[in-house]
Amino acid sequence: MNRKQKKTLMRIIAALILLLAAAAVDIIAGPARYIRLVIYLVPYIVIGYDILIKAFKGIINGQVFDENFLMAVATVGAMALGEYREGSAVMLFYQIGELFQSIAVGRSRKNIAALMDIRPDCAYVETEGGVEECDPDEVEVGSIIVVKPGEKIPIDGVITEGNSALNTAALTGESLPVDVFEGDSVSSGSINMTGLLRIKTTKPFGESTVSKILELVENSGERKSRSENFISKFARYYTPAVCISALMLGVGVPLIRLALNMQAGLGMWIMRALTFLVISCPCALVISIPLSFFAAIGGAGSEGILIKGSNFIETLSKTKYVVFDKTGTMTKGVFEVVGIHHSKLEDRKLLEIAALAEKNSNHPIARCIVKAAQCELDDSRISDIKEISGEGIRAVIDGKEIYIGNDKLMARAKVSHKDCSSVGSVVHVAIDGEYMGHIVVADVLKKDAAAAVSALKNTGILQTVMLTGDGEAAAEAAAKELNIDKLYSRLMPEDKVKKVEELLDDKRAGSAVAFVGDGINDAPVLTRADIGIAMGALGSDAAIEAADVVLMDDNPLKISKAIRIAKKCMKIVYENIVFAIGVKLICLILGALGIANMWLAIFADVGVMVIAVLNAIRMLRREKSVYVE
Amino acid sequence: MKKTYAIEVDCANCANKMEAAAKNTEGVKDASVNFMALKMKVEFDEGADEKTVMKNVLKACRKVEPDCEIEF
Repeated sequence: MNRKQKKTLMRIIAALILLLAAAAVDIIAGPARYIRLVIYLVPYIVIGYDILIKAFKGIINGQVFDENFLMAVATVGAMALGEYREGSAVMLFYQIGELFQSIAVGRSRKNIAALMDIRPDCAYVETEGGVEECDPDEVEVGSIIVVKPGEKIPIDGVITEGNSALNTAALTGESLPVDVFEGDSVSSGSINMTGLLRIKTTKPFGESTVSKILELVENSGERKSRSENFISKFARYYTPAVCISALMLGVGVPLIRLALNMQAGLGMWIMRALTFLVISCPCALVISIPLSFFAAIGGAGSEGILIKGSNFIETLSKTKYVVFDKTGTMTKGVFEVVGIHHSKLEDRKLLEIAALAEKNSNHPIARCIVKAAQCELDDSRISDIKEISGEGIRAVIDGKEIYIGNDKLMARAKVSHKDCSSVGSVVHVAIDGEYMGHIVVADVLKKDAAAAVSALKNTGILQTVMLTGDGEAAAEAAAKELNIDKLYSRLMPEDKVKKVEELLDDKRAGSAVAFVGDGINDAPVLTRADIGIAMGALGSDAAIEAADVVLMDDNPLKISKAIRIAKKCMKIVYENIVFAIGVKLICLILGALGIANMWLAIFADVGVMVIAVLNAIRMLRREKSVYVE
Repeated sequence: MKKTYAIEVDCANCANKMEAAAKNTEGVKDASVNFMALKMKVEFDEGADEKTVMKNVLKACRKVEPDCEIEF
């Protein structure tokens, strides 16, 4: 509790004791009317003086119809009618509710701040005179910073010395540590876990990952959702409407009764009108709706899902069609050895020979074979390497003549080869004129890609579509393995926009189309879809700019997670809207009929608000990760 | 020019009112209040003096919410 809250708490306790004492005197002694007024007025002033002052200031500044005004009118009215006890008690309960709300909001604010606690306090810069502590903002690009184990990396850079394991959970939500070595780029916001690192900064703090993420989260409040706009509009009309009804109830009804020659019953009708005023405050909605969205954005952020505004939560929750880009989104975007077939040697041996021959080539396929071989490649074993463009390599290794490459190269070497039925690029290997087998290299699907698609189906996605520039065979194989509904292959980048537009035209009314890409070359599609999701976008400015949702790591399972968070948030928002408006309407009707008294009115105001806030806070609880049934 | 300020305000409705008040202040092109982050973002008109404009913004906000605070 802060000082203000503590002060309010003291006042509440004091007022409560005074009120109980007053009630005791009132019941036991039954004093005269003016003494009753005085003994109830004491707790009333203690607890309500600030409200009365605010209400007065509000009227001077033309701010009628705010909650202070409503409470002041309702309680002063009750006092004037001789309902001293109710008048005091209403003010007391109102303050208790306000205090509770203030504490709840403060706590959730702290929770969210903790989730997004990635801002580094300082950077240690290496200078000639030793290590100096610096504000991260003041560190120049190209400086060497020192990060000890347990500290946050303050600025993006490249490791110049040392190796360590990094905890990137705050950035990506992934709790598995990442090993980093000299020469690796590191993102600010990750926590150095094991070793001392010297890092050469490559960006100013303001453009580093941490700043970008924080900026995104802070700006997310600017894009308000339709529900939020609905609530502010609702509040604008609702409060005056209730006030006018109260006036009609308090003055209009008695006048009509007089006109009809009945007893006016002015006191009773004014009491009902005052009850109306107490119920009328729209606080429950006004506070809980933005709170839900803010909590959702904060909670998603801690999972490595950045949502750029609450309007996108709304659209995301309506997503029924998900369009994927293939390369880099569902596949790793890099070649890997996926099989070795018909080998007459040990697989490992064949790979080693291929790797030796390909060692000095920069072709992506060559690089991946070298990587897959995972062994010491001794230069002295190789001699006479010749690269035959578009075909492969001829080399002499351990004194034997090696041909390694595609069909054309095998024809050139006059070696008969075996065709391969798997999808991917086939690298044949021939040693001294004899066919030794082939290595299949392909862009492999991500580990969780298939699970991601089925998780989407479980979250109610109607159709999944994959767009790719690849040929039919490779695309179809991938689509089949992933269980994708629709596939379009051999697309140029501009065709992808067209396909998404077709889908936008055909979609079911009220639903949304999401496009998921890796941010490279697909910025136009990201912008065109209802929701653009960029993945693995850490560091890609174009993608962060164009997308509405940014997944910080490249795990496709996060797509369904983002949709589920959005759905949960919208559910809570609708629950609160229906609950708060519902309870208030019922209480208003009961109040008009004279069934609901001041006490129920207090519940309709304060109680509903507290329940709505508690419901909104549920958004902060991390859900268990159940991806596949 | 865009600047962000830390603010102090108790209720969400008051934050909405502060936002509206700030928007209507002279020299302010656009303003938005993030109640949960307790931040006010102000975009100034070209050539406007930040200090004077913010003084007026605070004055306008105090009118709608007497005990609010803006740090500038």
